[in-house]
Amino acid sequence: MMLPPFERFYDEHREEIYSFLLRRLGRDRAEDAFQETFLRALRAYPKLRHGEHLRAWAYTIASRIAIDEHRRPRADAELPELASLDGRPAFAQLEHLADELPPTERAAVVLRYGYDLDYAEIGAALGSNATAARQAASAGIRRLRRKDAQ
Amino acid sequence: MNPVSADLDRRFRDAAARESLLDVAYDLVDTPVGTLLIAATDRGLCRISYDAEPEREVDRLAHTFGLRVLRSRLPIDPARRQLDEYFEGKRQRFDLDVDLGVQAAFNRRVLRELARVPYGEVVTYGELAARAARPRAARAVGTVMNRNPLPIVLPCHRVIGANGKLVGYGGGLDRKEALLRLEGALL
Repeated sequence: MMLPPFERFYDEHREEIYSFLLRRLGRDRAEDAFQETFLRALRAYPKLRHGEHLRAWAYTIASRIAIDEHRRPRADAELPELASLDGRPAFAQLEHLADELPPTERAAVVLRYGYDLDYAEIGAALGSNATAARQAASAGIRRLRRKDAQ
Repeated sequence: MNPVSADLDRRFRDAAARESLLDVAYDLVDTPVGTLLIAATDRGLCRISYDAEPEREVDRLAHTFGLRVLRSRLPIDPARRQLDEYFEGKRQRFDLDVDLGVQAAFNRRVLRELARVPYGEVVTYGELAARAARPRAARAVGTVMNRNPLPIVLPCHRVIGANGKLVGYGGGLDRKEALLRLEGALL
C-alpha cells in the first residue's frame, strides 16, 4: 500500500489518537502529548517504506509518549522513581523479542504487553476489533513460546 | 470521541512548520478572484492554484515535493498578506521567495523574465520570448504561461497576443481581465 501524504494520515488518525491520549493522561498533558506524537510521526515519516499498519504505528508512538509522560517526575515529586532506573522498559524488551512475528501478531503483542493497551484499543489500532486483537495477541504469544522451546 | 480543538490543531500545524518538518505547506486564501490554494516549500512559494480541489492538489504536491504535505497557515502568511495588499491596490510588487526548482530550465528562464514585467504593463508572447533569448519561441512561451505554477505573483496575466487580444489564461479569461483592470492596464 502506498504511503499517503501526511495531511491524510493526520486527518484520519488525529481524533482517535487524541481520545486515546486523553484517556491516559487527562486534558492538560494529552494536548502536549498529541502534538509530540504527530511531530515525531512527521520526523519519522520519510523513513517509512509503505502505508500498511499506519494506525498501529500511530498508536505505538502515542503509547510510548504516554508512558514517558507518566514516568516524568511531577513538579511536586522529590525522589526519583527507582523502578524506572531498573533496566530497560517492558516495551523495549518486547519489541526486540517480537521482531520475528508476523506484523499483526507483533503489533498486538507489543501493544498489549509492552504498552498495556486493552483489546478494544488494540482492535481499533489494527483496524479490526477486540476479539481479533485478543486472537492475534495469543497467537503471537504461542508462537513466541514455541520459538523459546526450540 | 473527543474532538481535537481548532486551537490544538492549529498549534500542531504551526509547530510542524516552525520546526521545518514539512516538504511543503499549503493553505487556502480568499481573494476577489476566488479562493486560491497556495503552497510553499522551505525555499519559497511553489504553487498557486485557482479552483483547486484540495484532495487532488494534496496528492499532486506530495508527488512533486515529498509526502510531508500539511495544511499550515504560518508559511503562507506572507503571501496572504501581500495578496491582500495587492487586491486592495496598495502593492505593485511582490516581495516573496519562489521555488522554481522543479521547473525545466527553459520554463524557469521564461518565468524569471515574466517576473520582471511591471505592474500595469503588458507584453506580447513574442516579446517575452525575445527577452528570454528565444525570439521564435512565442508558442512555447504561451505553453509556459498556461502552466505557470504561480499565477498573479508571476504575472502571466500581463502577457497578451500580438493583436492586442487577451488570448488565454490558465484561470480563465474573466480573471485575466479582472487583474488587468485592477492594475489599470485595461480601460
